[in-house]
Amino acid sequence: MSTEKQFFTISVYTENNIGLLNRISAIFQRRHVNIESLNTSPSEIEGVSKFTIVVSMTEVNIKKIIGQIEKQVEVIKAYYHNDDETIYQISGLFKIKSELLFEEPQIQNIIKESYARIVTVNTNFFVLEKSGRKQELVDLHEKLSVFGIMQYTRSGRIAVTKEEMKISTLLETYNN
Amino acid sequence: METQTIKNKETSKKATERISGSEAIVRCLIEEDIKIIYGYPGGAIMPVYDELYKYQDKIHHVLTRHEQGATHSAQGFARISGKVGVAIATSGPGATNLITGIADAQIDSTPMVCITGQVPSHLLGSDAFQETDIVGISTPVTKWNCQVTKAADIPAALAKAFYIARSGRPGPVLVDITKDAQFEEFDFSYEKCTKVRSYVPVPKTNVKSIEAAAKLINEAKKPFVVWGQGVILSEAEEAFKAVIEKAGIPSAWTILGASAIPTKHPLNVGMVGMHGNYAPNVLTNECDVLIAIGMRFDDRVTGKLDEYATQAKVIHFEIDPSEVDKNVKTDVAVLGDAKASLEAILPLINENSHTEWCQKFADLYAIEYEKVIKNDIHPTKEGLTMGEVINQINIESKGEAAIVSDVGQHQMIACRYAEFNKTKSNITSGGLGTMGFGLPAAIGAKMAAPDREVVSISGDGGYQMTIQELGTIFQQKAAVKVVVLNNEFLGMVRQWQQLFFDKRYASTEMTNPNFVAIAEGYYIKAKKVTKREELAAAVKEMMESKEAYFLEVCVEKEGNVFPMVPSGASVSDVRLE
Repeated sequence: MSTEKQFFTISVYTENNIGLLNRISAIFQRRHVNIESLNTSPSEIEGVSKFTIVVSMTEVNIKKIIGQIEKQVEVIKAYYHNDDETIYQISGLFKIKSELLFEEPQIQNIIKESYARIVTVNTNFFVLEKSGRKQELVDLHEKLSVFGIMQYTRSGRIAVTKEEMKISTLLETYNN
Repeated sequence: METQTIKNKETSKKATERISGSEAIVRCLIEEDIKIIYGYPGGAIMPVYDELYKYQDKIHHVLTRHEQGATHSAQGFARISGKVGVAIATSGPGATNLITGIADAQIDSTPMVCITGQVPSHLLGSDAFQETDIVGISTPVTKWNCQVTKAADIPAALAKAFYIARSGRPGPVLVDITKDAQFEEFDFSYEKCTKVRSYVPVPKTNVKSIEAAAKLINEAKKPFVVWGQGVILSEAEEAFKAVIEKAGIPSAWTILGASAIPTKHPLNVGMVGMHGNYAPNVLTNECDVLIAIGMRFDDRVTGKLDEYATQAKVIHFEIDPSEVDKNVKTDVAVLGDAKASLEAILPLINENSHTEWCQKFADLYAIEYEKVIKNDIHPTKEGLTMGEVINQINIESKGEAAIVSDVGQHQMIACRYAEFNKTKSNITSGGLGTMGFGLPAAIGAKMAAPDREVVSISGDGGYQMTIQELGTIFQQKAAVKVVVLNNEFLGMVRQWQQLFFDKRYASTEMTNPNFVAIAEGYYIKAKKVTKREELAAAVKEMMESKEAYFLEVCVEKEGNVFPMVPSGASVSDVRLE
């Protein structure tokens, strides 16, 4: 097992209960592990939530963390994967002055080349949305920042795994 | 995370009755067969106290003198009875005062349900009078917790709380209930919780792991068992004894495993860890198969991890999968309940005696006896030792008493030298090392087992952290025998200062009050012993007393606890002096 630090995506399937976010994040806090990104959302199963957490750590330690996460009463199952085992995306929003859209022809090229999407345009600003790998967003940010970005925000990673995660089967065994 | 759902899939429709949330809380406790609870009233829990007044023939509420005392009493109750201890408190400071006991119960796997009152739900988050986010505060130190804001959710929440607290690896649970939910009326019915989706209290035991473990044990030349509280929690004492007797394996205990088998059992080779016995510490690094049963390789047990039993194959019997490979890499992990696993492995293991290997333990014990034990329990030099006091208690109790110790030097001495014939007799704060635990825990223990002799042993430091619980002893007429070993120091810290901080005794010397006068102030019989010749008679008088009794023994000021594995050292580097 690798003792090198690497990025892992953790998927945690849970009951949809108040307080679980605290419980799960506390596990990382106690071990001084910085969470790179965290996303919670409904999962493919009704009433079951999914946490997607990205951390950089060794495999030995992530196994221990997964054990601590699964120990929580309302956690159904936790998995960890490396980047090769997942398909993942993040999303970013860029708020930019409207005048640039019309006065800087380069901006339009950047939008086109980066496959970003214009979400809204009004007299003061327009908003660009771009989904992709982190580096794609970093690159776009770099290009746009030359012209000035009024606001920028980026989401946590969302990921699906290439391998099946058999949560429904697991839930069936719980129900029996 | 939008809405809270407390589902109990097993709940079926039962006849209902319209009652208030607060009455429901009391009725839930009755349904769970709770007869004694510990607590302290206050504004946000008053409706519950009003109901307790009505139901006092069914539930005895013990008014402790501090909420911390309530949790430790509930812990003492749970540890000796194997049942869930219950503590209740009001919101804000009442709730936060529970935290130390909750954290202690969490790390020592003690089943406990804490119920806290909370400000009315419309005031939540407004910094209302006596409001704290107790669910947030207690999250890292509870097995589970929740907040209830509707009366109708109370029965399911409490049913789930009791189920989680007592099942699998036990632990503390906190249910926070708003005052409006306590007043609200609803149609009450109660169904015990037997299952929570997503929660697997006892992992499935893999038959192959049992077979693999049996093979390793059968092939071992120098097998060694370290058992922990898991043996007691799963009531595996008989199965455990049968296994070690059949295979002839010398066995040592962690501090919380003490008393699972009698002290004088020939295969009981003593305590492991920082102040454990010489032989089990040294021979940990010589055994060829280390069998850990219901213990979690705490750092106080293992010392330097990368020099801990590296030569041995490790078998770990464990109920909590996250403990496997957490600290020590195992070769065979036997997941599941210790009792079931030990019963399953018994027919697979061969009879053996390992005479030569057992003799090694005896030889090292002889060295420890000469260098340490003899001087501790039969001292000839001036100044009473803690060990001789424990020895005197053994003589009077004949190993039948439950010993509840606080935290510090006296704790290590009590655990090293107290004799136990019965299981669940060593009640102490292991993982958290909570000074102030002993006195209130002894109250809970005595109330859970009124027919047993319960001796609380404290140092002068820890005793003063919860000394106010003498009031509870007096009011409850709890016949606890309270021993304070007074060396006018925070002895364990002083020992470390002596050994590792060049004898710079920074803030460890204590100027103590007249302890006898304080006990007598609470109308508790009391005596102070300063000379060796007074000790035996005083201990006898204490043990023969039908009522609570306080005994202060002034012991040598700078006595040390040995053997000792210095912090960060290997267990085989255990020092005898």
